[in-house]
Amino acid sequence: MDYTSWAYGLLGGLMIGCAAAIYLLINGRIMGASGIVGGLMDGSGRSTWAERVLFIVGLVGAPALLGLVYKLPSTNVTNNIGLLIVAGLLVGIGTRLGSGCTSGHGVCGISRLSIRSIIATLVYIGAGAAIIIIARAIGVLS
Amino acid sequence: MKNLVTLFCGALFGLGLVISGMTDTTKVQGFLDFFGAWDATLVFVMGGAIIPMFIAWRISAERKKSVLGGLIPQSPKTELDRALITGAILFGAGWGLSGFCPGPALASSSFGGLGGVTFLAAMLAGMVIAPPIIRAVKAAP
Repeated sequence: MDYTSWAYGLLGGLMIGCAAAIYLLINGRIMGASGIVGGLMDGSGRSTWAERVLFIVGLVGAPALLGLVYKLPSTNVTNNIGLLIVAGLLVGIGTRLGSGCTSGHGVCGISRLSIRSIIATLVYIGAGAAIIIIARAIGVLS
Repeated sequence: MKNLVTLFCGALFGLGLVISGMTDTTKVQGFLDFFGAWDATLVFVMGGAIIPMFIAWRISAERKKSVLGGLIPQSPKTELDRALITGAILFGAGWGLSGFCPGPALASSSFGGLGGVTFLAAMLAGMVIAPPIIRAVKAAP
């Protein structure tokens, strides 16, 4: 933990916030990753199929292009495939049931002072902190 | 034009996620590890992202339509219901176990290896099977 990662965090955060601000003011859409992807899976929401696909192409494609010229930092993700499948299912179901994730509730909702988003963010941070303690206790996480 | 803006916003979001360090699952799990070696990076990312968006909501409050004509989303719902809370608990559990949420999982899919792709496939499967679960949670007494 050092000041460099805080500075990169702030810079990257400003980029994320500017993307969300442009998406709202120019296109009239809320930039929530789970909503944009989830609508492709079940056809819900206001955005068109093309909007969703284009957004995801940018989201996946821009880091991929950057990766061609610059060595991107590792995700350091666990190699426990079973754990990743359980986690993925929980994130997929949970974000749809709770109508949002870190971008939708955390960034777009909190900045709007939405009470639902503020509560949702506190709850998922609390649940994440609790599961790490539990997973360590039973030896699933190191 | 609208399509170009959508593509640009997706790209800027993806690059922001990579530069901020949020595609590194150990930084996210480090933030959630309040009783261990706590990593504050996520606070800076969230803070940095909320500032422009806070201003954007203030600007949007005075208009009904966006620059390219789309309607600005209306005031958010205010009631807290079981679906919101249950969903947030399930999402938080998966987020803590893996260190991934939907944005970073997608942004890192080109360089995250088999683990990242496995998470992504399971997340998409979860979204596909979610509708009947949502109906059941909402209908439960």
